[in-house]
Amino acid sequence: MILEGLLSILTPQILLYILIATIGGLIVGALPGLTATMAVAVMVPLTFGMSPTTGLSVLGAIYMSAIYGGCFSAILINTPGTPGSIATAFDGYPMCVKGEGMRAIVGATVGSVVGGVVSMLFLFFLSPPLATISLKFGPPEYFWLAIFGLTVMASMGGEGSLIKTFMAGGLGLLISMIGITIMGGELRFGFDNYHMQGGIELIAAMIGLFCIPEALNYMSSFGSMYDIKNPEKMNKSIWSAVGETFRLYKTMARSSIIGVIVGILPGAGGTIANMIAYNDAKKSSKDGAKFGTGILEGVVAPETANNATVGAGLIPTLTLGVPGTSVAAVIYGALLLHGLRPGAELFTTNGKIVWGFMFAILISTFLMGVIGILAGVPMYKSISKVPTRFMAPAIVSLSIVGSYAVRNNPMDVVVMIIFGLIGSVMKELGLAPGAMVLGLILGPIAEAGYVRSTLMAFAAGKIQTFVTRPICLILIGLTVMSLVWPIFTKWLADRKRVS
Amino acid sequence: MIRKLSVLALSFFLMAMLSSTAFGATYPTQPVNYLIAFSAGGESDITARMQQKYLEKELGVPVVMTYKVGGGGAVCWADLVRSKADGYIIGGVNEPHTILQPLQSKCGYETEQIQRIALFQYTPCALIVRKDSQFKTLKDLIDFAKKYPGMITVGGSGSWASTHFTTMLFEKAAGIKLTYIPFAGSGDTKPAILGGHVSAIVAHPTTVVTMKDDVRILAVAAETRSAAFPDVPTFKELGFPTVIEGSYRGVAVPPGTPKDIVDKLAAAFKKANEDPEFVKQMTSLGFDLVWKGPEEYENWIKGQTVYYRDLLKSLGYQN
Repeated sequence: MILEGLLSILTPQILLYILIATIGGLIVGALPGLTATMAVAVMVPLTFGMSPTTGLSVLGAIYMSAIYGGCFSAILINTPGTPGSIATAFDGYPMCVKGEGMRAIVGATVGSVVGGVVSMLFLFFLSPPLATISLKFGPPEYFWLAIFGLTVMASMGGEGSLIKTFMAGGLGLLISMIGITIMGGELRFGFDNYHMQGGIELIAAMIGLFCIPEALNYMSSFGSMYDIKNPEKMNKSIWSAVGETFRLYKTMARSSIIGVIVGILPGAGGTIANMIAYNDAKKSSKDGAKFGTGILEGVVAPETANNATVGAGLIPTLTLGVPGTSVAAVIYGALLLHGLRPGAELFTTNGKIVWGFMFAILISTFLMGVIGILAGVPMYKSISKVPTRFMAPAIVSLSIVGSYAVRNNPMDVVVMIIFGLIGSVMKELGLAPGAMVLGLILGPIAEAGYVRSTLMAFAAGKIQTFVTRPICLILIGLTVMSLVWPIFTKWLADRKRVS
Repeated sequence: MIRKLSVLALSFFLMAMLSSTAFGATYPTQPVNYLIAFSAGGESDITARMQQKYLEKELGVPVVMTYKVGGGGAVCWADLVRSKADGYIIGGVNEPHTILQPLQSKCGYETEQIQRIALFQYTPCALIVRKDSQFKTLKDLIDFAKKYPGMITVGGSGSWASTHFTTMLFEKAAGIKLTYIPFAGSGDTKPAILGGHVSAIVAHPTTVVTMKDDVRILAVAAETRSAAFPDVPTFKELGFPTVIEGSYRGVAVPPGTPKDIVDKLAAAFKKANEDPEFVKQMTSLGFDLVWKGPEEYENWIKGQTVYYRDLLKSLGYQN
């Protein structure tokens, strides 16, 4: 069955489709505003004319490479191409400005390929047990996961003060409350305006927060933003950068595991994995203090993690019919449309198609690595020579198109512009936009988890279920550690200095 | 340069001519936009995608899906009633959503503003427990709930969703108290029940199809048994005739759309709904197909609006 699946996709036609899909995914991922979810959703109807194997292979390939493609704009112009690459920009862009863009791109590419392959191996060999683990996550676990996720903020401020970062995060949490509540169905902060009932669209807000301040930045500077007077850095060989990245195998291993765990949880996905991995790498690295100044580890970790959610997100999708990420949800729909019913029997009744699909994603993972380096490095070299007066209008027009395309809603363009202004002000004040996005993403997860957990606890008549479930205890432990660790290391450093 | 410009101007003029003549011709002459109120890959999307092929054959033009997601569908429907009433924008609608949302708050549209074309799908609610649950029958669950009021948790697809009403109707009919926990859509109730985080869920047969070996359906809240699960009794058979609740899917257009366009669309949807291949595909996924044409659908909405207004009152919620 497994071999049959592999052989079924090794035809010139399907391989060509996979190649095209991989390139298409890369481009969509790299354009700010066009996300992996959108790319896969747009492609679904086009796969109708294809056989299920071909159609699903195309969708899988787009999924993998679009998540990776997000790193290009994050590194080159400081605007994440997909929400899953927010943390990549933290170190990727500073590297690029320093003239080390090639290293950053190669690092992100190697990390993405490694993360993608690891997650596919988990999908191949450990699907049933991991699916069981994902079911252990109930409302209390999601609440604590969100709280743990919020502590990631602490590592986002860079040089800025912690209070400022928390302010940005808190503002994000507040904004996430706009819209119709899942619990109770009331319209919150709607101001009797029906446009508000859908809430603030995350992607539109994100584009505004990241792209507009960057465009303004380009407008106010002359010549090139990048340090291209540094020829030896530019001409350093690609292979040495690859080797350098592989020396960070420990970081890649940790980030892959983080990506896989976050990926199998329905409702989380690449964005959260990307940020948690960055935070984890910063805390565990001996160069922790240098994070944010343009350090390779800070690019490799988040990029490995977001691609590791791809295969993992498909684990509950294929085995339980419960999509692990938003892109996996679209693929779930595509499976149904092609007459495949996710669930335990999928692997027995339609094994050939499913294995073919999974091998296709694996092939596209390697393809995207090769294409990414072949296209990414020259792209960096040419973008760094583009005068900034061309960059600003390009970014602004992409932002408008992207924010409209999310849900075909002109209001989202307005939202994007408003958040662009907020982002510019925040930049002046030294508030981290990443923290605000984190608040926007995690707010609803924390709230829903909290309300559902309280309902469950009251029904059971014991409030302790909130904290005594084993996974909750682990998450609480991680939260406490994440909060105490920076204080502890600072204290340690201070003591060393004194003695 | 001037020559280039004049060629450009001429071609624009020609295009304008073409489109104005096209407008006078019989509908449809250009692609039809099918607004989907929920995200890609969801049940509404799957239904529309399945219909797409048949609609395109019948109408002779491409049918393009456009997603307008948010506010439990309200964003899409508020947009629909403000769209041009020329038949090129149609929207998938869900009931009782378009009845309940305007009853509850200012949601950007009124129930009467939506001009109905066809009601084509019905998914009844069903009460579902895990296979290893101590509740083998509906009676087991009622007995337990009588002994321990509020202890049984029931997950559903959201507040004021049909799953919520099923739970309330059942509580009232059986004289018991349950704890209803709203999730974000029916998909989210799946891991909740499979992971044992809630004692039961109220969901649609479509949700059950992919996990039927792991769960047990105690009762279906429909007049008659579901085609997908013929062995499962209805609440009515078990002595609770008032527990009838479910979701419907249909299609609608902006208010003021000409009658001939409405009829043409209704005919196309009817043709799709009756195609044997389509019927087979849909039932295998757990969807039950029904049919109500434009007038019948409008009248049904009027009746349902009264029903839900009274129901909200009798359950103690008033607006």
